[in-house]
Amino acid sequence: MTEFPLVLGLNTFGDVSFDDNGQPVSHAQAIRDVVAQGVLADDVGVDFIGIGEHHTPDMPLSAADVVLSAIAARTSRVHVGSAVTVLSSDDPVRVFQRFSTLNAVSDGRAEVILGRGSSVDSFPLFGYDLADYEQLFEEKTHLFAELVKGGPITWNGTTRPALKDQDVVPYTEPFPTWIGVGGSPQSVVRAAHYGFSLMLAIIGGHPARFRPYAQLFHQALEKFDAAPLPIGVHSPGHVAETDEEAREEFWPHYLEVITRVGRSRGFAVPTTESYAHEFGPHGALYVGSPETVAQKIAANLKMLSANRFDLKYGIGGLSHKALMTTIELYGTQVVPRVRELMAE
Amino acid sequence: MTRLAVLGAGHVGPVIARVALDAGCPVSIANSGDPADIALITEVLIPGAEARWAADAVADADLVVLSIPLHRFATFDPDLVTGKLVIDTMNYWPPTDGVVDMFEDPLRGSSEIVADRLAGATVVKSLNHIGYHEIDEDRRPPGAPDRRALGVAGDDPTAVDLVASLIDRVGYDPIRLGSLAAGRVLQPGGPVFGVRLAAPKFTEIVQ
Repeated sequence: MTEFPLVLGLNTFGDVSFDDNGQPVSHAQAIRDVVAQGVLADDVGVDFIGIGEHHTPDMPLSAADVVLSAIAARTSRVHVGSAVTVLSSDDPVRVFQRFSTLNAVSDGRAEVILGRGSSVDSFPLFGYDLADYEQLFEEKTHLFAELVKGGPITWNGTTRPALKDQDVVPYTEPFPTWIGVGGSPQSVVRAAHYGFSLMLAIIGGHPARFRPYAQLFHQALEKFDAAPLPIGVHSPGHVAETDEEAREEFWPHYLEVITRVGRSRGFAVPTTESYAHEFGPHGALYVGSPETVAQKIAANLKMLSANRFDLKYGIGGLSHKALMTTIELYGTQVVPRVRELMAE
Repeated sequence: MTRLAVLGAGHVGPVIARVALDAGCPVSIANSGDPADIALITEVLIPGAEARWAADAVADADLVVLSIPLHRFATFDPDLVTGKLVIDTMNYWPPTDGVVDMFEDPLRGSSEIVADRLAGATVVKSLNHIGYHEIDEDRRPPGAPDRRALGVAGDDPTAVDLVASLIDRVGYDPIRLGSLAAGRVLQPGGPVFGVRLAAPKFTEIVQ
């Protein structure tokens, strides 16, 4: 929507990068690499850097807010946030405290994107049953909405002990809260109900199929007499100097990761055809030269009446160096080009 | 024209409702509670469909589409669909949805277990092995060279024919499988799950 500023950000799931010999770096190094990537994002004019919580050996960013704090301490402009925080398996009070603290450290640059999380490693880790995810997410979102209002909190539910007139500190300025939605219409309505912004996670298929969800969000806000709120898009991609380079560099890792992850999540094994479909105009991947990626971002933001785009960069097997190149090209070329195209 | 009741207003239900409406079928949609809860979703995502109580939606339907979360199936009332033809679009997918004890039977398919519990209904398995995000986009008119095939499995040949004709009208080549047991090939991890295939290749794989 035109009333909100255009925001162009980056997200990472903190995939362990590989060194020049094709070997995975240590978890400690992978975490330091993400800090360096966040600092570069700030340098090159990216608006937001988000870290998606994961709990697996190939994605060890389980405590994203600590990493975000390090990025915040070394930057001055870029907003720092989650993408997403798996609220269902966390304590909303702790999430609120951590991001309030991050908001203080970063001088008001914190944001949180809440999600059920499409990867589910955190459920067994923290003793939750996947069969309860709807109720967990619903109740905890409600509690989080109460926390965001500020002041002593009173809350009752089944997924966490009750709270009565409880102070929750630190008190800081409010920070933006988003709900990440992958395709559940109820989640869209829930975001509007609690007054949270909508982040559409478009990770496969034609982005146009999300247009009705954007419309649903606007109509739900109207129904709840709420003020308009921004809509963002999160999609995966990779930027290199040329289309060919980006596509060749990304493909073997995309094939390996989707094949492996697909075994547990039911994705089909990618083929060169399905890959071409996804990076083409009707797919969800933003893989190409800065111009190609910028054109696709601008077209889809317009089509969805969205004002924010977060490119989820990085995939297991790519080197830190390749990711730094993606970030640099994104900040120095894609971002200004999208701004130009959106102003047309 | 075949009248549909879609049970479930999550990721999958509204998409199936919309393509069925496009194919000319009157569609009602219900979740487990008050239709008022899904009125807005229905109005915006499925214009032309009617949000109703599940029992009302099923009562005058020729076909019931069961698209609820599988872990809720244990509390689904089998009497609700007695005498009805039910399309089971659900999947058992423990890594994503958790372990559901009643589906932990390595020798049987999830739709066979569904059919056991819905003993008064006729169950056909279909639309489970195409991504909900592809159902809209991949539709093609009959004879299109890139028309995608979808499996339709069931023990009752008349029911399978009826569902196959709906699949065809929606925009896919139906491939009939003569039993729910044969429909195990359509399950997650199987050779056609989530894969775009034209009819000849699909047939070759599942037979």
